[in-house]
Amino acid sequence: MKTLIPDFVLKAWMSLWGMLPPLMQYLVETTFWILVVMISVILTVAFTTYFERKVIGYMQGRVGPNRVGPFGLGQPFADVIKLLIKEVIVPKKSSRFLFIIAPLLTLTPALATWAVIPLSDTFVIANIDAGLLYVLSLTSVGVYGVILAGWATNSKYAFLGAMRSAAQIVAYEIAMGFALVGVLMAGGSLNLGVIIEAQAGGVSQWFILPLLPLFFVYLISGVAETNRAPFDVAEGESEIVAGFHVEYSGVAFALFFLGEYANIILISALTSIFFLGGYLSPFEGWTFLGDNNLVSFLRDPSLGWLCAKICFFIFVFFWLRATFPRYRYDQIMRLGWKVFIPVTIVWIGVEAVMAYLRVGPWSGLATASLAG
Amino acid sequence: MAEIQSFTMNFGPQHPAAHGVLRLILEMEGEVIQKADPHVGLLHRGTEKLAESKPYNQSIGYMDRLDYVSMMCNEHGYVLALEKLLGIKAPVRAQYIRVMFDEITRVLNHLMWLGAHGLDIGAMTVFLYCFREREDLMDCYEAVSGTRMHATYYRPGGVFRDLPETMPKYQASKWRSQKDVDRLNEIRSGSLLDFIDAFCTKFPGCVDQYETLLTDNRIWKQRTVNIAVVSPERALNLGFSGPMLRGSGVEWDLRKKQPYEVYDRMDFDIPVGVNGDCYDRYLVRVEEMRQSNRIIKQCVDWLRHNPGPVVLDDHKIVAPSRIEMKDDMESLIHHFKLFTEGYCVPAGEAYAAIEHPKGEFGVYVVSDGANKPYRVKVRAPGFSHLASMSEMVEGHMLADVVAVIGTQDIVFGEIDR
Repeated sequence: MKTLIPDFVLKAWMSLWGMLPPLMQYLVETTFWILVVMISVILTVAFTTYFERKVIGYMQGRVGPNRVGPFGLGQPFADVIKLLIKEVIVPKKSSRFLFIIAPLLTLTPALATWAVIPLSDTFVIANIDAGLLYVLSLTSVGVYGVILAGWATNSKYAFLGAMRSAAQIVAYEIAMGFALVGVLMAGGSLNLGVIIEAQAGGVSQWFILPLLPLFFVYLISGVAETNRAPFDVAEGESEIVAGFHVEYSGVAFALFFLGEYANIILISALTSIFFLGGYLSPFEGWTFLGDNNLVSFLRDPSLGWLCAKICFFIFVFFWLRATFPRYRYDQIMRLGWKVFIPVTIVWIGVEAVMAYLRVGPWSGLATASLAG
Repeated sequence: MAEIQSFTMNFGPQHPAAHGVLRLILEMEGEVIQKADPHVGLLHRGTEKLAESKPYNQSIGYMDRLDYVSMMCNEHGYVLALEKLLGIKAPVRAQYIRVMFDEITRVLNHLMWLGAHGLDIGAMTVFLYCFREREDLMDCYEAVSGTRMHATYYRPGGVFRDLPETMPKYQASKWRSQKDVDRLNEIRSGSLLDFIDAFCTKFPGCVDQYETLLTDNRIWKQRTVNIAVVSPERALNLGFSGPMLRGSGVEWDLRKKQPYEVYDRMDFDIPVGVNGDCYDRYLVRVEEMRQSNRIIKQCVDWLRHNPGPVVLDDHKIVAPSRIEMKDDMESLIHHFKLFTEGYCVPAGEAYAAIEHPKGEFGVYVVSDGANKPYRVKVRAPGFSHLASMSEMVEGHMLADVVAVIGTQDIVFGEIDR
């Protein structure tokens, strides 16, 4: 960088920076990082849609988008431009304020949650101790967008979608929350960074092993939370047309779309952090591989590993979509209340007892409070 | 407290699962259906009335457009009724060709049904897999008639022309490399019969592939088992036919019970269901695809070894060939008469029914001796199936309505006519 920027500019910049009051410095710096993270998330969303269409395309024996730009890579931008120049139609009998605020309510929490997510061992926007609670509360706010959209539209299809979504989210939030209680017990902290550090020491230390049932419950609840197939009853394309966003068009629809994919990425990131050690490398501690640059790069924790894990889970999301038919609404409720919640409760009990007695893979869990 | 009223919802006619232009007025208690009232007529094109105003042969093309996913079978019903009235019978080779294309059409229809049914229930991939094979069968239509959908291939007294020796081929483009094109054309290098033969060999594997996605899938079973159960007695009373009837366990198939053409020489089985639910009807149709494949295979083997005429040599009904028409005075007169006035059919009435992919497709023709029918009545199987909609969905949830529409295999072209 130093070679690119002339010395006096740098000096002027540094002196200007020094003149700012510390609060201002803090604000500017944080805003800068927020912008960086947000723009990367939004760009990732754009290419996630492309990735989805390609992955599902190849699974279904087609090629997916291939006309805009090389390999169709321009497709996301073509879609964005199309959506931006379309008219936003607000139905006459809808509640105008709620109708417009709803898509924002879906998108904002999905982006805001990134504040507490440790992207690498050194970088997190807000290193707060209540990170897990923050994540839980923000993901719950997201559902208001869906419910408000369905209600404000004043259409029966949208209304049904909103009702389904409300009931579904209540059931799956609980399962998800309980699964996270297990993670919390294992990690011994609500701080996401601490939870990741508790998994340090190679694959055997990752929470996916001792908490396997909770991992599956969390992942599947995550799919349900994001309204993705096979749990997309709130959208239910073939039943209630598009569910809660049936009347949305143009930018308003784009926001819902953005929110949905931002949520997919978010859930993938959270799953990797809670169960697969986030930015930690699976080859951690493999000293027998030697010590050249490449090996140590692979062995060190980095943003790359987090991205790889996120990509894997995103792929799983698409894989599920290409494979499964859609559940019926009551079947989803049954799965949530009668299978997932009991499983999580039982496993939390098992985990607590095992950790207290220090047996098996549970003996290493950070259960200071229990043991103390 | 105010009395809670049930919720009335308008399902269609513009709805992604309405299979065209179905309109249902649903009365619901929450998500549970109390009553479903299907509305018909949005695709009414007056086929029966139109047929009264034109020479017999000109209506064959209209029949294609009735059930537009099983085109040649519709033609077959109409042509068979005309042949009954005229007192003629197609040559054996033409009968084999008709049976072969009826079965190809059945596979086409069932593929369309399987794809749409899967898509309605949310299994998107099956749809595209089905269309991959449909593409090949469409090519057979194209090879034999020049069009990929509305073939107008069957004629009273036979079929339009013999099976071609070449297949239409893909051409390289900006988006499709020469290598891909060569791979696609490899199977298309021989005659139509070679192509169909190759298709028959690979098709059972394709059906296995669809089945891996659905048959043992827990979600698919949860969505179809015990949905819309119809007892055998009730199915008969409701006027069901085809897979809808067989799904309820009634072994009734016109191909076996009232064999027409050369079906009595074919070796095939009729699958029947046990419980009469959506899942059984699914299994029945999937098995029918396998059985159709067997029939196609038998036809291909016979057709390879038995050349012969594919249309009657009676120029009062069948137009003479182009060459004859140019050389021969008599043929020219026949040609002129057939393409202006058409042929006259002796006064009387006839009903011919075939085992259409959807059920019993019957055509009733009344002739007063003129060159146009006095009345044509089409008995479409889908109509009586749709009439049972309310009974089938009552007490089920909204999502099951879509499953029932799928299982009934509704196509509005034939219902509204």
